[in-house]
Amino acid sequence: MNFNIWSFLREVVVAMDVKIWTYLIVGFTFALYIGIAIWSRAKSTKEFYVAGGNISPISNGMATAADWMSAASFLSMAGIIAFSGYGGSVFLMGWTGGYVLLAFLVAPYLRKYGKFTVPEFIGERFYSKTARLVAVLCLIIVSVTYVIGQMKGVGVAFSRFLETEYETGLFIGMGIVFFYAVLGGMKGITYTQIAQYVVLIFAFTVPAIFISLELTGNPIPQLGFIGDVSDGAPLLQKLDTVITDLGFGQYTNSVMGSKLNMFAFTLSLMIGTAGLPHVIIRFFTVKKVSDARLSAGWALVFIAILYTTAPAVAAMARLNFTKTIQVGDVGKVEGNIEYANRPEWFKNWEKTGLLKHEDKNGDGRIQYYNDSNKEFADIASSYGWKGNEMVKIDNDIMVLANPEIANLPGWVIALVVAGGLAAALSTAAGLLLAISSSVSHDLLKGILMPEISEKKELRAGRISMIGAIAVAGIFGIYPPDFAAGTVAMAFGLAASSIFPVLIMGIFMKKMNREGAIAGMIAGIGVTLFYVFQHKGIMFIASTSYMGGMEENWFFGIEPKAFGAVGAIVNFIVAFIVSKMTSDPPKEVQELVDDIRLPKLDEA
Amino acid sequence: MSEQEIEITDQSNSSNSDKPAMTKEEYWRKNITCVLSLLAVWFFVSYGCAILFVEQMNKIQIGGAGLGFWMAQQGSIYVFVALIFVYVRLMNKLESEYAGRNMNGNKIQNQGEEQS
Repeated sequence: MNFNIWSFLREVVVAMDVKIWTYLIVGFTFALYIGIAIWSRAKSTKEFYVAGGNISPISNGMATAADWMSAASFLSMAGIIAFSGYGGSVFLMGWTGGYVLLAFLVAPYLRKYGKFTVPEFIGERFYSKTARLVAVLCLIIVSVTYVIGQMKGVGVAFSRFLETEYETGLFIGMGIVFFYAVLGGMKGITYTQIAQYVVLIFAFTVPAIFISLELTGNPIPQLGFIGDVSDGAPLLQKLDTVITDLGFGQYTNSVMGSKLNMFAFTLSLMIGTAGLPHVIIRFFTVKKVSDARLSAGWALVFIAILYTTAPAVAAMARLNFTKTIQVGDVGKVEGNIEYANRPEWFKNWEKTGLLKHEDKNGDGRIQYYNDSNKEFADIASSYGWKGNEMVKIDNDIMVLANPEIANLPGWVIALVVAGGLAAALSTAAGLLLAISSSVSHDLLKGILMPEISEKKELRAGRISMIGAIAVAGIFGIYPPDFAAGTVAMAFGLAASSIFPVLIMGIFMKKMNREGAIAGMIAGIGVTLFYVFQHKGIMFIASTSYMGGMEENWFFGIEPKAFGAVGAIVNFIVAFIVSKMTSDPPKEVQELVDDIRLPKLDEA
Repeated sequence: MSEQEIEITDQSNSSNSDKPAMTKEEYWRKNITCVLSLLAVWFFVSYGCAILFVEQMNKIQIGGAGLGFWMAQQGSIYVFVALIFVYVRLMNKLESEYAGRNMNGNKIQNQGEEQS
């Protein structure tokens, strides 16, 4: 046979454009998620809330990693680090160090307690329906604000890469989540999250490996990060030189705000992580307490694969990006690229409006430098530069444009899109389950209709899941003003309310109902008060009465980092109030003893 | 001192049944000591090495990076992972010591695997 099928196929593959690849790969992953949904229908409330309670530690670790890593981790984090350097480390340490707290202080004890939701524990431990209700309220605020961001991410990814309307993309995303979350509950979500983890980690690491190889000759990004570039200088040193030559702060030691701010920010993210209900409930799905501990370890292994790759991607992308524009010596005319000669990916991203150039000095070339550095701005004007011409560089570009910058084939770009969608969908599903289980199990069964049968509760769980998806969708289409501050809100609230109340419930036997409720309200109150006074009431900027200005910050701590302070206030208020009121009843103290001790037949 | 306490739990289980039963207070104290000593490491690598003493740490180089910067963006994460697995090991040992000493050599230990 003269006709060679393989070379023909190869030509077809090369000729296929990014859009077809994207349809293919995204379509394939979605079909996979639907298949899993049909296979893993939930038949009981135990399957719906905790996937039957017999997921293996490694599987649960993988599902937790996908549950945890959102569109923000996948798309935005590397970009944020690329433009903030050392200061961006707060996200890396904060969002991983929280798992240490989760494993040591929260997960094993709540697994030992052995029921379905976080508010359920708070209600029983503090022998109070009010405490349970306050916890449900915190949980819903935290999870809804968080889920809006995920739905927006799905809509944006669809509209950018598959050229659908934003709303169409959102509806498709809602439809997919609807399918496996409503049918399968936690069981369906667990198995799709495992598949989604595989998709997202592959999509994140493949481009990183290519870029590291190209820039440093080392295929492992974590090693390339501390390796040398082609001219023999270490990558990070080279990056420092290249960007300080353009007036930017050094990459490896630019602090975010102040050291105290970085300290508080990292702490807020860590304790916020350990207090997020959608993460905690994942640990209810394993068989026993020791599995909960082990699976927190596995979760962090799977998370660390992305989180140690991200800073390498960040540094390499920043260097690549800067060198694309500043092709030669700073100050020489030919040192800056001609606008007409800009690479293809640059043009693609200009179309989306996420990258914008403005030829301020009319020389037909691009100047990218730090014009707010006064000293360097003076030098720059002696070159005939009239301000930084890269007027817009969106953080998210760094991950999305990476494959294009490194000239990788179309299927890699498509894979990154599928990875971003997997990250957003898996997190959205986990949050939606946390919301629906707290509505059907805590509000309905726990408070309103304690007599409800299991079959009816399961149906109620499905209906509240549908309701939660609808609410998330509506907020995705008409984002409320407070959506802008989602991350600040979710982590601040989890850190200042849920985390302290769980810790006190487990580690302070004498902590009572009055103390816990007063502490939660004080913690949330202080955090919201601080965020609102700087960012506006419900994030409507015009109602901000102290401005976002740094000089008004409490010891220079930014509003996003204030959850740690709220948590301290929570602890202090709870402690004082509990000392003034009576001890918890005997059976509650026995409950605390029980969750602390191992089951004899399990050890 | 805390180091020593963990050492004690490292002893093999075989002799556990000879010892007197472990009280819940003793179990809880050992658990807290274990958690606090591991949290000290957690605090040291992140807040210490990577934030408070980052300049001093940066005087040491690891590959092409200052150690402080590397701890902030890589090293602390590796230590976090290791810490959880160390904790898993220590707690499993402590739990089986507790079970061994409190069941007086009763050999139903392994059947527990099937239960929830």
